[in-house]
Amino acid sequence: MSARLLLLAACFVFTRTLAGEIPLEQRRSGYDLMSRETQKMQDDDATNPGTLWLLDGEALWKRKAGAAGAACADCHGDARASMKGVAARYPAFDAARGRPVNLEQRINSCRTDRQKAPPLAWESKDLLALTAYVARQSRGLPINPAIDDRTKPFLEAGREAFHRRQGQLNLACAMCHDDNWGKHLAGSVIPQAHPTGYPIYRLEWQGLGSLERRLRGCLTGIRAQVPEFGSDEFVDLELYLMWRARGMKIETPGVRP
Amino acid sequence: MARAVVTLPATARRGEIIEIKTLAQHAMETGFRRTQIGELIPRDIIRTFRCAYNGVEVYRCDLHPAIAANPLIAFTTVATESGTLSFQWVGDNGYAVTEIAPIRVE
Repeated sequence: MSARLLLLAACFVFTRTLAGEIPLEQRRSGYDLMSRETQKMQDDDATNPGTLWLLDGEALWKRKAGAAGAACADCHGDARASMKGVAARYPAFDAARGRPVNLEQRINSCRTDRQKAPPLAWESKDLLALTAYVARQSRGLPINPAIDDRTKPFLEAGREAFHRRQGQLNLACAMCHDDNWGKHLAGSVIPQAHPTGYPIYRLEWQGLGSLERRLRGCLTGIRAQVPEFGSDEFVDLELYLMWRARGMKIETPGVRP
Repeated sequence: MARAVVTLPATARRGEIIEIKTLAQHAMETGFRRTQIGELIPRDIIRTFRCAYNGVEVYRCDLHPAIAANPLIAFTTVATESGTLSFQWVGDNGYAVTEIAPIRVE
């Protein structure tokens, strides 16, 4: 065999083992990989359990809180108009912190800075309800985080985290979600990890949960160290995941198995 | 906050079979789980759900441990006359939620 052929064969083996980023037209939401029954459950507000959190979120939006005695609605008005498309742009750059913040962090900084109220706890029912209610207003709109000179370094940090092997199992996110999506891990289909429906109602959780809760699940699964909620490492990864899903439609509240 | 969502058609023809979907917000703690230090977490579930159509019971079911949190109960009934449907969920620890929905039958 000539050296050229050997090189070609080596290239082929290399590309087969490292599939790299998924081409834009081959991307699939987790919705497309789940059963027809679960899809129908998500599609109908009468059966999607996330509806219960949306109603809570709507009530919280209008409720006055904190020393300022102001409700979200007092500044932002009707969320159906003012919050349309907002979740599709997050994580977004926050000038005060000099880095991107996710939707939960934005809601909590509004609470502490404007409403003069204590921040809502991570994964608390109220924070999930408000986040879901805000994100619901972007349902059907394309994911579109702003990538510019300010956010680029954080996007790259997220990309690096996605491709970095970690944990006792020594796995990178990309090894499942780029290279082996569509195959099975135990009984479950490996999705492409596009955060299209967060916060999601996960049947396994029997409740609503954030993207960070989902990321923690993956990290403990590969026996890696899990960062704190709201840590820079998580938000960078969220930014990369949203950029990776750019153009895909928001489904909040998604239902997942 | 104990929420419930009821979905049914606002109007129906007389004799038509209508589908009713209900969702109730409830964690449905089974009573079989333990904390990290081994203490039993007490049972906290919805025990009964009933639906009455102009005061006449048309659907009832008992719920047990191992039924999912936020149970979705869907059933059908025959639209006989205009009026109201009332829905009632009753459970442990004084849990009681009532929802009322009107229906117009032509």
